[in-house]
Amino acid sequence: MKTKVLMFGWEFPPRISGGLGTASYGLTKGLAKHGVEILFVMPKACGEEDQSAVKIINASEVEMMDSYATREEYWRFVQFIEVGSNLVPYLDPEVFEQEASAAIRDHAGESRVTFRNKFQFSGKYGVNLMEEVARYALVAGTIASQNSFDVIHAHDWLTYEAGIVAKRVSGKPLVVHVHATEFDRSGEGKINQQVYDIERRGMHAADRVIAVSNLTRNIVIKHYGVAPEKVVTVHNAVDFQSYKEVTVERGVPEKVVTFLGRITYQKGPEYFIEAANKVLKHYPNVRFVMAGSGDMLNRAIRRVAQLKIATHFHFTGFLSGDDVQRMFAQSDVYVMPSVSEPFGISPLEAMRSGVPTIISKQSGVSEVLENSIKVDFWDVDAMSDAIYGLLAYPALARVTGKAGLEEVNRLKWENAAEKIKCLYYELIHAEN
Amino acid sequence: MKKTICFYFQLHQPVLLRRYHFFDIGKRGDYFDEYVNRSTIRRLAEHCYLPANRLILELIERHGGRFKVSYSISGLALEQFEWHAPEVIESFKELAATGRVEFLAETYAHSLSSLSPTDEFERQVKRHADKVEELFGQRPATFRNSSLIYSDEIGERVFNLGYKTMLTDGAKHVLGWKSPNFVYASAARPGLNLLLKNSRLSDDITVRFSDKEWGEYPLTADKYARWLQAEAEGHEIVNLFMNYETFGEDQPASTGIFDFMRYLPEKIYATTDFEYLTPREAVEKHRPVAPLQVPYPISWTDEERDVSSWLGNELQVNAFEELYRVQPRVRQLDDPLLNEAYCRLQASNHFYYMSTKLISDDDLFTHRSPYESPYEAFINYMNVLSDFLIRVDKGK
Repeated sequence: MKTKVLMFGWEFPPRISGGLGTASYGLTKGLAKHGVEILFVMPKACGEEDQSAVKIINASEVEMMDSYATREEYWRFVQFIEVGSNLVPYLDPEVFEQEASAAIRDHAGESRVTFRNKFQFSGKYGVNLMEEVARYALVAGTIASQNSFDVIHAHDWLTYEAGIVAKRVSGKPLVVHVHATEFDRSGEGKINQQVYDIERRGMHAADRVIAVSNLTRNIVIKHYGVAPEKVVTVHNAVDFQSYKEVTVERGVPEKVVTFLGRITYQKGPEYFIEAANKVLKHYPNVRFVMAGSGDMLNRAIRRVAQLKIATHFHFTGFLSGDDVQRMFAQSDVYVMPSVSEPFGISPLEAMRSGVPTIISKQSGVSEVLENSIKVDFWDVDAMSDAIYGLLAYPALARVTGKAGLEEVNRLKWENAAEKIKCLYYELIHAEN
Repeated sequence: MKKTICFYFQLHQPVLLRRYHFFDIGKRGDYFDEYVNRSTIRRLAEHCYLPANRLILELIERHGGRFKVSYSISGLALEQFEWHAPEVIESFKELAATGRVEFLAETYAHSLSSLSPTDEFERQVKRHADKVEELFGQRPATFRNSSLIYSDEIGERVFNLGYKTMLTDGAKHVLGWKSPNFVYASAARPGLNLLLKNSRLSDDITVRFSDKEWGEYPLTADKYARWLQAEAEGHEIVNLFMNYETFGEDQPASTGIFDFMRYLPEKIYATTDFEYLTPREAVEKHRPVAPLQVPYPISWTDEERDVSSWLGNELQVNAFEELYRVQPRVRQLDDPLLNEAYCRLQASNHFYYMSTKLISDDDLFTHRSPYESPYEAFINYMNVLSDFLIRVDKGK
């Protein structure tokens, strides 16, 4: 008999804002190859989703039943909080700002919540994200009672409440999948207590917790107090099926070293700048590029000016779509100096373009990559040594670029999915 | 005629590099990690070299000189013993004085110079022989190359240096159906005798001895003597070639490795028709049975038994070519400090650390390399080499 999974996600291609949708899509395709049947619930489906591997349930079209969800419970949960872009992994501030302002526009004047109705989710990350999260959980109860399935799988904190409700209604085992934690997003000391509480509740209610790396697994155990035997690491993979080669004419004769990502504390941009400064003192024939934006951008620009390296250090602002590919195509070295990165997909994209990479040891992806140079994010000397080595010794760039490309092509969602399928099997049979 | 068992032990420790940043290039010039090198040598001296030497001396004394072994100690190892553990040198002098120990010739730096067309190989072999003679009072008559690397061409160079015997590996892809348990002759220079390592019986001691998963665990001297006797059937000589670190380091004392070696000789004398000989004596007793053709270099390392562990990827080839490109200039300058650095930079280990063959096997890699990855090994080596090349350009 086929295993049937009720999966709660927040987004699914083609309408995606960040990596969560991409990861969900890759994983479901991998599971489908192993014969797992998936009901994928999302707040708002656009109708263009690829349903070859999953059956999409659009929560916006589900009529809520009032029987088990009392209004008091609902209102106790829904508290409007100031939503920051850090709430979701991989989301760029520009994208967030667009979504947030659109949400404010759409919901202007709306002050009442009606039950016994369909609720139109935005499915985005807007200002009333918390309300959507809560409503999503309520709809989950309805969906759980109307469908048959063997196991529940919830992706990231936005859907944990939905998973909990579905478990309560159906009695089926719950798996929560941690793509990022509040500690990665905000750093210690700036934790959003409400988000943390939801995460913690989800992890404790779950029968198994899947972490995208050992790094994340340790955070789950240490900061959320989850029993280690309950937490399993399943590394992400990457799907290059729709990958397009881009060719770019290079504008500068010098070699290019690239940082690409949000310019926030979590991504470690300041270490990249300090390393660039060291390299430039001894290897002038190079340009550094910092692509992206974020709350540390101005500080980064000031530091570059202060070091007087601005003629060799450039900021591109936020890049999207094909510009990302073009940036990789022009790069000779890609650096990801993240302070804390649950997984980190961007080095894989760089490697797919044949670019040698340097990644911080504080990233989940460093646990799976062999053909990348790994340094501690704070070790500016080691980082600059690695950059210099890749610039000055062409044999090294050739070998790591080639080996990296081969390696990244070997990372398959099927392998991650196989582990998860085994985990489902254990849970289902432990129940019986 | 009695059969021959021939033990040869390898001792070599590279002088490890310190972390050499790119911003040190052209400035510092101190390449070596004194602390790590000293502590490594001290640790090995205490756990391995000294207790193993005491055991060998004990066996020579107990068996009235019938017990014999041979050693190959690289020049870099000898130098480091002189600085950090002179008692190891004294202990070897004591062994040399028994007349039951043969010291073999090799390249001074345990280098890959035999794979370079420069005259560095010949220079290093001579320098090493001088060092051995100076310390132990005997001029080596048998040659063994770094990691037993051998080819027809290398055999020719070794023969031209005056050696009549050389040790190498009984690599299956070269031997085919032939047995390693005979003396062979070099196809290029029939005057050069070849002694081949018996991998199975050597690895029973070096690799499998303490492996509890192994069906034959635990290995006793009784059992091993029985295997030797079985192996002897129709054969003449069994060559057991191994790293000396097997005793006390790779196989810690707690595994019983010292006791195994202690009781092995009496079992062999009592239950087999073997006698212990050194390589020099072995080739006097056994005639070569056939020529052995080796067009491409072989070695005792890894599954492949070739030189791909040192020159298997582009990084290694790049570093190797850069290193030997300046050889004529370094020799012409003949500056003592440059000579010393040049010698140490040639140790084959530096190239081994750059091997990408081990990359998937984390445990093996960390066990054998001081670097976290072959890429870091390459970067650090190239930073040092870049600095060295600047000094060579300046002439000091």
